[in-house]
Parts: sequence; C-alpha cells; structure tokens
Amino acid sequence: MPKRPGKVSRKILQHELVPEHRLLSLEEAAEVLRRLGVKPWQLPQISVNDPVARLLKAKPGDIIEIRRRSPTAGEAIFYRIVVPQ
Amino acid sequence: MSLKRKLEQAREILPPSIYQELVEKLEQARDLKARDKEKVVDIVVRDYIAHMVQPGEPVGTVAAQSIGEPGTQMTLRTFHYAGMMEFDVTLGLPRLIEIVDARREPSTPVMEIPLAEEYKYDKEKAKEIARRIEYTTLEKVITAIDYTLGDNVFIIRLDPEMLEDKGVTIEAVVAVLEKAKLGNVVVSEEDPYTIYLELSEKVLPPEYLFDVKRYNDIVAKLKKLYIKGVKNIKRATVRCSEETGECMIYTDGSKLSEIIKLKGVDYTRVRTNNIHEIAEVLGIEAARNAIIEEILKVLQDSGLDVDVRHVMLVADIMTWTGKVRQIGRLGVVGDKRSVFARAAYEVTTKHIFEAAIKGEVDEMLGVTETIIAGLIPPIGTSTVLVGAPAPSNAGGEK
Repeated sequence: MPKRPGKVSRKILQHELVPEHRLLSLEEAAEVLRRLGVKPWQLPQISVNDPVARLLKAKPGDIIEIRRRSPTAGEAIFYRIVVPQ
Repeated sequence: MSLKRKLEQAREILPPSIYQELVEKLEQARDLKARDKEKVVDIVVRDYIAHMVQPGEPVGTVAAQSIGEPGTQMTLRTFHYAGMMEFDVTLGLPRLIEIVDARREPSTPVMEIPLAEEYKYDKEKAKEIARRIEYTTLEKVITAIDYTLGDNVFIIRLDPEMLEDKGVTIEAVVAVLEKAKLGNVVVSEEDPYTIYLELSEKVLPPEYLFDVKRYNDIVAKLKKLYIKGVKNIKRATVRCSEETGECMIYTDGSKLSEIIKLKGVDYTRVRTNNIHEIAEVLGIEAARNAIIEEILKVLQDSGLDVDVRHVMLVADIMTWTGKVRQIGRLGVVGDKRSVFARAAYEVTTKHIFEAAIKGEVDEMLGVTETIIAGLIPPIGTSTVLVGAPAPSNAGGEK
C-alpha cells in the first residue's frame, strides 16, 4: 500500500478533519517524554510517509504534537512519534 | 484575588471546555459572593478529578460492551437502505462492521463535495462541476456502434439526450476520437449525431477484415474511450439544501486525491466514507476523526446513544500505529503479544501451532490470557501487587 509519495499539497492542512500538527524540537520532545514518564516507543506512532508528517519534513524519531479538537475536552493535546514505514 | 488564583489553578487541571463553561457560569452568577464562587471552583475541580478514569480501569472492555450491546439492537436488515434519494448507501450494522474491519474499500463508496463560495448557491454552476467530475466514457453518450464485416468504417451513433445530460459536445467526441488515433473521423453531413470512423490499416489490417473478434475488440475499446471526469466517480448529482440554499455534489464512487485538487471544490470540507483514502490523502489524524465521525453517524442513525469517549478509544486504537488497523485478527487483536489472547479470538489452533513453532513465550500479563488461565486479571486494584520483604531471620527464633 505505501505508494512512494508525489508532492503533498499544503491544502490538506486546511481540511476540517486535519488537526493542527507541530514538530517538536529536541528539547521539547525530551521535556514531553519526561513529563509523561514514557519511553519514545510507548507513544502512538505516525508514519514518515503520512502526508502531514511529510509536509512538516519530519524524520523517524521526531515527535509531533497534535492539537485535537475534542467534543469532550474542547481541545486535547496528543503526541505521536514518527516511525519509518 | 483568590478567586482569580483558584481559577488559574483550575485551568491547569480542567480541560478547556469545562474550564470555559465554569468561567461563563461564574460570570452569570452575579448574586454569588466571591467566597461561594471559590467554593464552586473547588467543587468542580474535585468532581472532575473524581470522575476521571482511574488507573487500571479496563476502558477497552467497557468500550467494547458499550458499543456492542446497543449494536445487538441494530436492525440487521438495513443492508441497503436508500438513505439518500439517488444512491444506495450501506448503513446500520453492516456499515459499522465495515468501519471497524477497516476494509480497504467500503461496499458503497460515496463522497460529499461542498463547493467554493462562487458556485455553491447556483444550481446550474454546481451541475457544471458535477458534470466535470462524473467519469464519462464514449459508451455513456452513444446509442450504438455499427459496423459491417469486411468494411473498415464504424458508425458511431450519438445519443443527443445523453450528450445534453452529460454536457458533452459533438466536437468533444470528435476530438476524443481523433486523439485515439484509430483512423479518419468524419461527422455525417445529414445527421450531426452520426460519426463515421474510418479505421486505418494499422488498427485493422486487411487480413483481419472478416475477423469478428477483432471487430468486437475495437468496439469495446471505443466504448472505453475517456471523455472526461474523475476515475471511480460513477455518478455525480447535485442537491441543494432548502434551508441554506447551499448546493452540494453527491457522488457514487470516491477518489479524494483527485477531487481535492479540482477547481470550484471547497477542499476544506470534502468528505468520503473511504477511511483508507482519508488516511492516505489527509493523514492518520484525519483518518481518526473520520472513524469517529462515521461510527457516530451509524449509531445516531440507528437511534443509539453511545458516549463519544468509547468511540474515540476505538478510533485511537485503530490508528495507534500510524496506519488504519482493523479491530480483529489481522489488526489490533493480531498484534497482541500474548499467544493466548490471539488464540482466544479467531482461528485458535493456527495461533497456538505457530507459537509452538516459533517457541513464543506468553508472559500472562494481559486480561484475556489471565482469564483463560484462571488467574486474576491485572485490572483495577490488582494492577498493583503487595509484597512483604522476606523475614531476614527466617528459621530463627520465634
């Protein structure tokens, strides 16, 4: 299934279904892991080939912060670690 | 001042939606003293914490039951229920199963395409776009293709009504035929809806002039000639809302990657019921939102009231690995570490057999495997173990 990517249009970031993604810096990532008390492999994952991850130019091992609009909490912050394939 | 500080502290703990509501309600309550307001904040925070899920709570099991029980009340017979006027859309239990099974393609793929500002209040303009989207081949706009064996001229008879309906001009058809480079294209002088196609020798060599199969192949090829539209979109119809007057395009068939690029389409609101397509085009987070939306839609259509949190958990688990996984042997359950947990689900012997070959070890840490073995599952209070240090002077004096 993983088709080798063509270009991803920035348009998709404006789609209603796509929440705001942000690539964390190394310091921020370390801080997040410390605060949550988890190891990187315990985080939910996102593929490097994910269209949004590609727009952010994320590399495996990076952590992406996602601001979800949640019907219960209003806004919820979620983290995903970038994994190869 | 203290109230302000209290609120500040509450903000750290409470989720934004509850915090906002609290602030609003406090502002409305004019006749409440500041001291009482502080108490209210305290109570809200305390209640919020008291209602949080406790560590060790088997949320997955609760979610499964909370969706499963109402699911038994869903009508099985709603296989195809014409929810929309024109299309058959799978709804009810079959659709729910389809979502959690993460089928590559839904049995009835459909799209909802809202239009950009300048088109959405004009039905004619919307139809224009719908025509551009609909996948149209030569077959759709003709009544017949006639030929005589031994003659290299094919007669293509166009259907005026269909041409009109699909918005295809005769010139467009001629252009398509010419581009296909099959031979000379001549429009009949008496009847503009008849086109003669004189095949070149390369397409129909003289020695094949009496080969019926060859002729039929050419007819089939002609019928498939692409005129316009987006692949996979079998039909596109326009419907306008009576309240807002906004027109949307509804399609039979789905191709998100193409539709999103089209001019005149409001690409921020396009929807498809194909979740894999969403994952590919918009990413895994969008797929998660789509799963939640689709499951809720099914449950609400059936008049069932299931808390979103259960559905959110399902969607989170399905998208955990960055890909859309099914809830089942080939997905979530199949990825479990425990042999017994996998074997308890489906095709028991296969899992145990393979585990034996590989020499897998079951650590008996999960709920399923501990129950199978009659152990206490690590749920709630049994997630913690109480131990006492062994007496250092064991066997010593009493």
